[in-house]
Formats: sequence, structure tokens, C-alpha cells
Amino acid sequence: MSIDFVVHDAGDSVGVVVVEGIQAGQELTGWVMHEDQTITCQVSDPIPIGHKLAIRDLAEGDTVIKYSVDIGRVVKPIKQGEHLHVHNVKTKRW
Amino acid sequence: MEIKGRKFLGYRRENGRVGVRNHVIVLPVDDISNAAAEAVANNIKGTLALPHPYGRLQFGADLDLHFRTLIGTGCNPNVAAVVVIGIEPGWTRKVVDGIKATGKPVEGFWIEQNGDHNTICAASKKAREFVQHATELQREECDIDELWVSTKCGESDTTSGCGANPTVGAAFDKLYEAGCTLVFGETSELTGGEHLVAERCATPEVREQFQAMFDRYSAMIDRHKTSDLSESQPTKGNIEGGLTTIEEKALGNIQKIGRTCKVDGVLDKAETPDKPGLWFMDSSSAAAEMVTLCAAAGYVVHFFPTGQGNVIGNPILPVIKICANPRTVRTMGEHIDVDVSHLLKREINMEEAGDQLLEMMLRTANGRNTSAEALGHREFVLTRLYESA
Repeated sequence: MSIDFVVHDAGDSVGVVVVEGIQAGQELTGWVMHEDQTITCQVSDPIPIGHKLAIRDLAEGDTVIKYSVDIGRVVKPIKQGEHLHVHNVKTKRW
Repeated sequence: MEIKGRKFLGYRRENGRVGVRNHVIVLPVDDISNAAAEAVANNIKGTLALPHPYGRLQFGADLDLHFRTLIGTGCNPNVAAVVVIGIEPGWTRKVVDGIKATGKPVEGFWIEQNGDHNTICAASKKAREFVQHATELQREECDIDELWVSTKCGESDTTSGCGANPTVGAAFDKLYEAGCTLVFGETSELTGGEHLVAERCATPEVREQFQAMFDRYSAMIDRHKTSDLSESQPTKGNIEGGLTTIEEKALGNIQKIGRTCKVDGVLDKAETPDKPGLWFMDSSSAAAEMVTLCAAAGYVVHFFPTGQGNVIGNPILPVIKICANPRTVRTMGEHIDVDVSHLLKREINMEEAGDQLLEMMLRTANGRNTSAEALGHREFVLTRLYESA
């Protein structure tokens, strides 16, 4: 089955879009690489290749998890299926 | 694929080290000798000038690094012979003597009291002799554990962390087992994943040395920063490619050191390791600086995973580009040596991707020009530590 996004580990909060031209409203198929599982998620934003979608709801102040590790803090609430990037997540370092 | 026991065709140098290229370089000691060095390289076909902007009024650790980088570049086994040109005899001789320790042909020339014309004339005569010597050297069969392989990624995006970088990791795990000498670095770009590198250190002493290098670099950034470094680290290109924070970039970066190999030791910038294994070099995360330092440390093949498409090369170190982003492979295919975009279509697994890279490594070692070599990318960038005196 062709995949639209990948997730590193089952506990991660995000997936990475690996195909071009994803539009709002599309039902996407994701591959959880570490567990070799398939999941689905509906996106609510257009998401460029390489960019991330939230695969669970995140509140302001929450920690974003990728590779099972902390990659930053949420600065604006993010719903499952929304584009997650520098506009709603910031580093906890520096 | 079993890499242990595989052979490649290399050039065995006077000191026993093995190179995979056979360059005759014209190495300026300082910025004002660039014109003479480039004139010699223009006169004598088959030589390569390595112009750079530094070498005057440096002092202390910064000067030590300058000499270590120049001498290390000349000592690299991808180099058959070296013509050194400086403004005056003292520092020129220092570089010549450093390279001479390898036993390879090297000769120095200086411009003061000679002028550009006479210097270029004398250096060109020697460069012609060196080219004729080098072109008679033959490749011979060498064992895989004689290969020194460095890695550093650039213009990373999220596909680097899930595709190109773990491909390097899969290859590194096999090369480590085969007894090769490996290196990674990019100190600032481990921020957020430094604890994972620390856990991979082979001994408590190495772990302590690694942590001290990481903490020193972080303190330097804290001292100079005026923002959260967004657009510098991660870069504007990283952000364009979907990377959001330094932590995310770092976790992708450290995929390059695989899953099983240990960090056996740490190196200062441009420092040569004294035994096989995986080494951490305390270094800049800027591509051309880091690759130049790897070449100066004696590495002869480089793995460079990219996401958005960094085009870097090096004058003496073949840089093999690996990419998992299908858009980059489509739009910038001439820069990519190993296309692993099939990984993210779930069509190949990580071991297969790593093996594709190892096959390309052997072909490159045997003489195949990388994309960066064919396109003429020869970025030679010296790291500076602070202002001149």
C-alpha cells in the first residue's frame, strides 16, 4: 500500500508527509516505521512534502514527541491533522 | 551484504596509509599567496590549487588549528604530492615540514624577495615533476579496514532523519564491525540528542570528554546568541524543508551513527585519530567547514546525506550524496549519488538502503567520480576560532 506520511515510533505526536501535493481534507495513510504498523489520519491543512502533521491533539505548553524524544513545546493549540511547524512549536533549548 | 573482507583499489602512500584519489595540490599558506598558487595550477595541468582567505596574524589555538588543517590536508592519503607557497619562508617551512613527515614529495616556495613571477616559475617546475611522478603511481588492492570514512549531513529536512541519515547509520554499523576508522561531529547539531550520543560512548572517560566538548560549545552559543537561533540552527533551508526545532534536527542528525557502533574517542578539530573505531570530532555544523576538517584529519571518503539538496564538495575528499526526498531527487538529481527515496515509499528497507550506499562507497573508492567531483565542487573552508591579532 502506498503511504503519505511516516511516523518514527508509536508514541510520537507527529507524522512527516513524504508525498507532494497534500491538500486539506485528504484521508492519509501513515507508516509507523519502528512498529511497522499502518495508521490513517485526515488532514485539515495543505501540508508540503517533508512537513509535519499532528497525529493527536496538543495543548499549549505540551511537549512534542518525535523519535520517542522531546523536540519542543507547543505555543498554540494544535488539533490532530493540523500542520505542526514553527508557527505553533518552539525549541526548549537556546 | 557482507562488507567485511571486501577489497578496493587504492593508492598506498609512503607512510602506509591508503588513499582513493591521487591529487597533486598547490597549497597556499596564506591569503596573499592564493594568486601565485592559482597561477601554478593554471600552468601545470593535473594540479589543484586550494585557495583560502586566512593565514595572517592568527595566534594561539586559532593559529594551531590553521597549521593543523593545512598540514593535515597535505598529509591526507588522497594527496600524492604537495607544492606549498607562502609569503615568507618561516611559516611556509613549517607547513612543508609537517607534510614531509608522511614521506610524500613536498616542496615549499615563498614570495618575499622573489616576487610572484619567480615564485610561480620555480613552483611550476616542481609541480610538473610532481604530476609526472603521481601519474605513474598505480592503484593496488587494499583491505576494507584501511578505509577511513567520515560523515556530515547538510540542508537536512525531515526526510534526512527518516531516510538518508539512517542509511548512513546502517552503513556505519557494518563498517564499524569491519574495522574501519569513522568520524562524525557537528557539536551544536546534537543539541536535544546529546544524551543519546553520551549513552553510546564506549567508556566513562570518553563520555566525560564528549560532554565537556558539548558543554563548551553550548556555552559559546549562549554567550553570543541574540535569539533562539531559528533560521541559523535550524537553518532557513531546514525550516523550509519541514524541520521545526534544533532538537528535531539533532535527533535526525544522530541517526548517522547507526544503532550498534560505539563512540570510541573524541577528536579536536582536524585532529587525526590513532586507532580504528567511531570518533566524535568537536566541530562546526557548517558543511564545508566540517568536511574540510574531516579531510585534514585524514579521512578519504565522505558520506553526505541531504534532504533539501546541499551541493557541497571538497577538493581532495570525495563527497557521496545520499537523499531520500523524492522532490529533491527529481529537481536536483545531478547532485545525488545514492537515491534512497524508495525507503519512504516502503519499497526497500534500511539494510538494503545501507548496502546501496556501501556499494557506491566501493565504486567511489575504486575511482568513480562523485557528483560533486564531476560538477567541480571544491569547497575548502578553514574554521576560525576568533579574531586576528
